[in-house]
Amino acid sequence: MEFPYLSSLIFVPIFGMVVVMLLPKENHKAIRWTATIISLIPMLVSFWLTWDYFVNFSGSAAMAYQEGPYSWIPSLNVQYFLGVDGISVPMLFLTGLLSTLSLLASFGITNRVKEYFAFFLLLEAGMMGVFVALDFFLFYVFWEIMLVPMYFLIGVWGGPRKEYAAIKFFLYTLFGSMFMLVSILILYFTSEPHTLNMMTLIETCPTLSHSLQMVCFIFFFIAFAIKVPVWPFHTWLPDAHVEAPTAVSVILAGVLLKMGTYAMLRVSWPMFPDALRTLSFWIAILGVIAIIYGALVSMAQKDLKKLVAYSSVSHMGYCMLALAAFSSVTAIAGCMFQMVSHGLITGALFLLVGVLYDRAHTREIAAFGGIGAKLPVYSGIMIFFSMAALGLPGMSGFVSEFMIFVGAFGALNKVLVGISVLGVVLGAAYMLRMVQRIFLGEFDKAKWGGLTEINFREIVTVAPLMVLTVAIGVYPAPLSNLMRATLENLVTLMAR
Amino acid sequence: MEFQLPEYNLRMMLPEIFLFLWALVVFLFDLLSKRRRESTVGYLTLLGLLICGGLLATTGYGRGFGNMFFSDPMALFFKVIFLGSAFMAVGSSFGIIKQKIVNHRGEYFGLIMLSTVGMMFLASSQELLSLWIGLELTTIPLFVLAAFFKDDKLSVEAGVKYFVFGAFSSALLLYGFSFLYGMSGTTEIVAMKMNLAALFIANGSLGVVPLVAMVMIIAGLGFKLSLPPFHQWAPDVYEGSPTPIAAFLSVGSKAAGLVAFAKIFVNGLWAFWGLEMAPNDWGYLTGILACAAMIYGNVVAIRQTNIKRMLAYSSIAQAGYIMIGMVAVNEWGLEAVAFYVFAYLFANMGAFAIVAIVEDKTGSCQIGTYRGLSQSSPGLAVCMAVFLLSLAGIPPLAGFLAKYKVFAAAISLAGQSQDYTWLYWLAGVGLLTAVFSLYYYANIIKQMYFSAEESPYRIKPNAPAVMVVAIGLIGVVLFGIYAEPILQFVKDIPAATGVIPR
Repeated sequence: MEFPYLSSLIFVPIFGMVVVMLLPKENHKAIRWTATIISLIPMLVSFWLTWDYFVNFSGSAAMAYQEGPYSWIPSLNVQYFLGVDGISVPMLFLTGLLSTLSLLASFGITNRVKEYFAFFLLLEAGMMGVFVALDFFLFYVFWEIMLVPMYFLIGVWGGPRKEYAAIKFFLYTLFGSMFMLVSILILYFTSEPHTLNMMTLIETCPTLSHSLQMVCFIFFFIAFAIKVPVWPFHTWLPDAHVEAPTAVSVILAGVLLKMGTYAMLRVSWPMFPDALRTLSFWIAILGVIAIIYGALVSMAQKDLKKLVAYSSVSHMGYCMLALAAFSSVTAIAGCMFQMVSHGLITGALFLLVGVLYDRAHTREIAAFGGIGAKLPVYSGIMIFFSMAALGLPGMSGFVSEFMIFVGAFGALNKVLVGISVLGVVLGAAYMLRMVQRIFLGEFDKAKWGGLTEINFREIVTVAPLMVLTVAIGVYPAPLSNLMRATLENLVTLMAR
Repeated sequence: MEFQLPEYNLRMMLPEIFLFLWALVVFLFDLLSKRRRESTVGYLTLLGLLICGGLLATTGYGRGFGNMFFSDPMALFFKVIFLGSAFMAVGSSFGIIKQKIVNHRGEYFGLIMLSTVGMMFLASSQELLSLWIGLELTTIPLFVLAAFFKDDKLSVEAGVKYFVFGAFSSALLLYGFSFLYGMSGTTEIVAMKMNLAALFIANGSLGVVPLVAMVMIIAGLGFKLSLPPFHQWAPDVYEGSPTPIAAFLSVGSKAAGLVAFAKIFVNGLWAFWGLEMAPNDWGYLTGILACAAMIYGNVVAIRQTNIKRMLAYSSIAQAGYIMIGMVAVNEWGLEAVAFYVFAYLFANMGAFAIVAIVEDKTGSCQIGTYRGLSQSSPGLAVCMAVFLLSLAGIPPLAGFLAKYKVFAAAISLAGQSQDYTWLYWLAGVGLLTAVFSLYYYANIIKQMYFSAEESPYRIKPNAPAVMVVAIGLIGVVLFGIYAEPILQFVKDIPAATGVIPR
């Protein structure tokens, strides 16, 4: 038997959690380093998997590194079944990388350190599980497991309104999950023989009646759309992002939001092509609303972190637009690019906002001005990522948005796509305005004279993200080659 | 006509007989030891319950007293649940027998055992009268136990309230039984089912009498299950009675009500060997009550400031979820009910055990008492969080699997038959109210974890209480991850009770 790489992605963090819990409470240093070093293992495994997948498996759409299906709860037909393909591998890469970077960025946590790192590792296990699970029950379990550490991470270490934000996040996502559970049960009982195996269900589900497909599709859509979040399900996001500690915001933006779009591509899109055809126009409308609305609201924000949070709504709107254009491989590939690039860029932006907040203890945009003169390195990095976020050519954001527009223009209503292009302009507007008001202009020496430059550890956390942003922006071919076979297969599945 | 003596087969009843005698032993021991050996009485009770469990395991299946006393998988499974909840209630009582119950320890433990005997007897009876006697034997000791703090106004109020409601509902129940007896000419459930079926075939309908009987019986059992609108006693009684007794009420006594319900309705009135003949009006009625329980229990629990009252409302809501499984009368339904109660046993008894531990130390059941507990007593806080998350149905804990089974039962039946599409709505209400329930369960977690200051209480629970919490924790986690043996066992329940012809 081959080494269970995918299981190791889930169980090494859980093992790490146990180790961290056994360490003495006062020894903060040991706890931090243990957690970070243990998280290096899933990170390196995910890097290795990405490379190995690229070299050996990217030519076919079949699931690689399959584990199982092993019977887990035979009387409910629940299996332990893992596997990855071209859409999960980039997500694993992102999860592995951002988890370690966020742990590194969490060294500033001084309050209840042990619990923090234990919960963080559990969170990582849950995220990895979602991206590798191929059994619905297993998928649902990981989807839910992740909520618990997230609830604690926001609720214990968050900002002033942490309790509200934590429970809101928990309730919203659970509300969606309940819809998912109903759909899963309906699919289970309509399949013959009863099964929870996603691969089998992808084969059999398109034969369901149109009305049943619609019901299941809409239920799944509610569950996933809350996670993405698609307008009008987005209101938990600004609260959770703003109140969460920096590293948790990074995970929220970088990985959790991608779960929604990943799940759509994995589950509901290929399973219910009939319903998808009927509803794709409306999904595109939701996408366009998210793009424009998110951008407009970002523009009105006074709080830097909130601005980045709302920009996520806008950026994930592009993903929804691309997903609506399901007949175009380019658009779907653009969606995947956008997921990766948004993870890198927004993750970095949250890290950088955290860096500034740690020093200035405020995130109010109007309180700053002329910081560029005092903190040249920090400002340079921040401006770099702001440019990436607004889609400057040469960086990953441009590639993804370009692909989405090209794909969607061919596949969707052209007026809609035309409107959504406005989002790019608005994106440039809020990002540039923010850059201008914080980094340029008059420097208030009395107020900000004591600010210190970004330190080495913080640079280490954002540097990999910078490198990847440029690498994907300049030479996107490896990533698109990695996904091509899977995406082409997906598009044929959706065209059934 | 030649009169034939029924086959007694007393061996079938061995666990019950033993537990009854052991209760007397405990009474006597407390008297003879001049009421001074406080913990010994408790340990003696625990030992008795364990031995009874052992006897249960060796008894095997069979029947005694003609057709009145059955030992089938359902009886066995629920007897384990009764014994488990009695065991855990006794285990978490060691704090109060040291501090509050000074004079009547023997009676306290003896009555718990007698009540358990009643439940076990009930689980085995296949006949309406013995079932009713079992139910009375369950409830009457509980009246006394609820009022056990004689000097505490709330406890006395709880006892009186429970007594008045209990007596009234038993009367209703008996009245309902009398209608069934009048129609079918027998009190044996299986024979009753056959006679009613024959009557149905002969006349084409059964008229309005079964409906009246049904309403009476649902009202009578609705009291035990605390289904709205028969739930009003629950919060006051839970608040006033000793915490372990409240726990025992919420699990043991509720499970007893469920067994009675399953026997009378699922086994007796439903199983006419075919959907088209089933008078499923009781299903609609119970479905409505289940909806009311889930909505009312979950919404009102949000506003509670006393944790025992909150758990009372939560147990009202949990009864609603269980009843979904009950009305989904296919091969998943009863299994789901049995598994749900099993998972609920560990989570709820565990949560109540922690409430008892905290109450012993602080004397308070206010939710505010739990503020900052995660810092001063991290172990307790983790266990409490796990129990509450299991009650809320978060995977991978046992409570999730239980909810999954219940909803699966409803959705599978709804998909099978046109007559049952209303079960989709029932499941929908259940799923949505499950989201509400998370709010108040998470509220306790919030108090324990999110507060910056440390709790002033450093709680060192006594050994039996630790054992109870550990049992609960192991049960909730183990049967969440590896529930296969239990799921296999509960598969036998519907077939054995004759619900599903196989």
